[in-house]
Amino acid sequence: MLPAIEIHNLSKAYGAVQALPTIDLDIPQGEFFALLGPNGAGKTTLISLIAGLSKADAGYVRVMGHDVIRDYRQSRRALGVVPQELVFDPFFSVIETLRLQSGYYGLRRNQQWIDEILHNLDLTSKADANMRALSGGMKRRVLVAQALVHKPPVIILDEPTAGVDVDLRQGLWEFIHKLNSDGHTIVLTTHYLEEAETLCTRIGMLKQGRMVALDSTDNLLKRFSGLKMRVRMVGGAPPESLRPLLAAPATTDEWVLALRDYAHAEQVLAELRKSEREIAGMELTQPDLEEVFVSIMRGE
Amino acid sequence: MRGFLTLFYKELLRFWKVGFQTVAAPILTAILYLLIFSHVLEGRVQVYPGVSYGAFLIPGLAMMSILQNAFANSSSSIAQSKITGNIVFILLPPLSHFEFYLAYVLASCVRALAVGTGVVLATSLLFVSLPLEQPVWIVVFAVLGAAMLGTLGMVAGIWAEKFDQIAAFQNFIIIPLTFLSGVFYSIRPLPEFWQNVSKLNPFFYMIDGFRFGFFGISDVSPYLSLAIVGSALLALSCAALLMITRGYKLRA
Ligand SMILES: Nc1ncnc2c1ncn2[C@@H]1O[C@H](COP(=O)(O)OP(=O)(O)O)[C@@H](O)[C@H]1O
Ligand SMILES: [Mg+2]
Repeated sequence: MLPAIEIHNLSKAYGAVQALPTIDLDIPQGEFFALLGPNGAGKTTLISLIAGLSKADAGYVRVMGHDVIRDYRQSRRALGVVPQELVFDPFFSVIETLRLQSGYYGLRRNQQWIDEILHNLDLTSKADANMRALSGGMKRRVLVAQALVHKPPVIILDEPTAGVDVDLRQGLWEFIHKLNSDGHTIVLTTHYLEEAETLCTRIGMLKQGRMVALDSTDNLLKRFSGLKMRVRMVGGAPPESLRPLLAAPATTDEWVLALRDYAHAEQVLAELRKSEREIAGMELTQPDLEEVFVSIMRGE
Repeated sequence: MRGFLTLFYKELLRFWKVGFQTVAAPILTAILYLLIFSHVLEGRVQVYPGVSYGAFLIPGLAMMSILQNAFANSSSSIAQSKITGNIVFILLPPLSHFEFYLAYVLASCVRALAVGTGVVLATSLLFVSLPLEQPVWIVVFAVLGAAMLGTLGMVAGIWAEKFDQIAAFQNFIIIPLTFLSGVFYSIRPLPEFWQNVSKLNPFFYMIDGFRFGFFGISDVSPYLSLAIVGSALLALSCAALLMITRGYKLRA
């Protein structure tokens, strides 16, 4: 099947700053993809190139098979973008903003879908409010609504939950998850790694414009941070047989052991029992995207 | 088509919602100009035989208002959208380059022509009645002048990164070219050198041709004016379309 987004040999510099040296990336239709990376990694630059908001120095991007420069009208029709900056037009109310946006995409009689978006984003009561009068979180929701007015098959959200409170974040994710279940391809960037971990099926990590990791969420978690066992023993060092498993230098009474899987935990327990020392405490810790992220960004 | 109509409509709303500043205020300014200049100079200056100075002045002031408001509309709208960042709402949708260009320029024309009509009506009702010798020329030059300055405003709006730069464009290019174009005088009595300098100014032809529509008298043939203003509009439109197509400063 045609990829939703196809990025080939793409590069972009701003003067002397190589924002993106070269990127190759395919995002299949229906995927929920997270683009992660520290500030300045090039996430927004990449999104701008996909959206045709800026021009690449080399390479190309296609959205649903349409080149974003040559076939810009088709590619833009297929794409909805929630920009990172909290932008709005102070001349208009929420409903005017959405009707205008809908019109720019050539749609008329779109009121039913607009009402549905307003409802799903909990904006119905604010429909007639002027954009200036909205809080930051509300403005962010209007930006999401604007990106959806033309029911694009591909939706990109650049830090959609930045500065949005917890309740709202939950609601927003539910809605986006529903859109993904309905077949929309979703790409997002976020600083909340738990969100990416629970929602996204695949993750790309950017560091200084380079894709330093690109894999399914499960694989990344397995590859970079397996299951860990934290054990506290009454006195003494770990048995020799367990030393190779130490994830960090052991302190006198607490060791952190890296395990392959749950079955491995059984063997480790058996070894500990053989040493005939008393276990004072034990805890299994799940792999966690935060850890993966930190270790990849350190360049491990 | 629908996309274009929506952008055009949005641009109309943008100035209409603050119509007091964007339409009424410039009409009032023109009335004040007329009041002062015609009071001071009436009877002392007669530019065209049988035409009072007040009457002579009205088309010039109307054209000046048309030009300034056409420029102000597109330049401020684009610069404002760029600076506040909400231009993404227009850059993301599938509007064609030409739709983008046309929507801004037409909206500028509507505002400019509303102001121009207001100036002519208000001044001729309040002060002197004007002849309408060749109304077709009036419409032609009003529309061409508005379109040309609307286009120039687009170019300035796309180029500018700060509001100061728009103001500089206005103060150092638009206003001098307007004032030296014969809004307040005919170039005929000028020394030959200054007549020739005036003839390098495209704004001169807009005002001269526009005035011809009212009085049937002009400094140069209206056909010459039409050719020059038309070419200037075409050249500026090509420049604006090239900037839009290339994404100059819009899609960096
Ligand atoms: N318009 C611009 N002009 C100059 N440099 C830019 C511009 N936009 C981004 N950059 C630079 O490109 C790099 C990537 O930025 P960005 O894509 O915004 O990162 P992220 O979204 O991952 O935080 C940064 O070094 C940033 O300073
Ligand atoms: Mg960013």
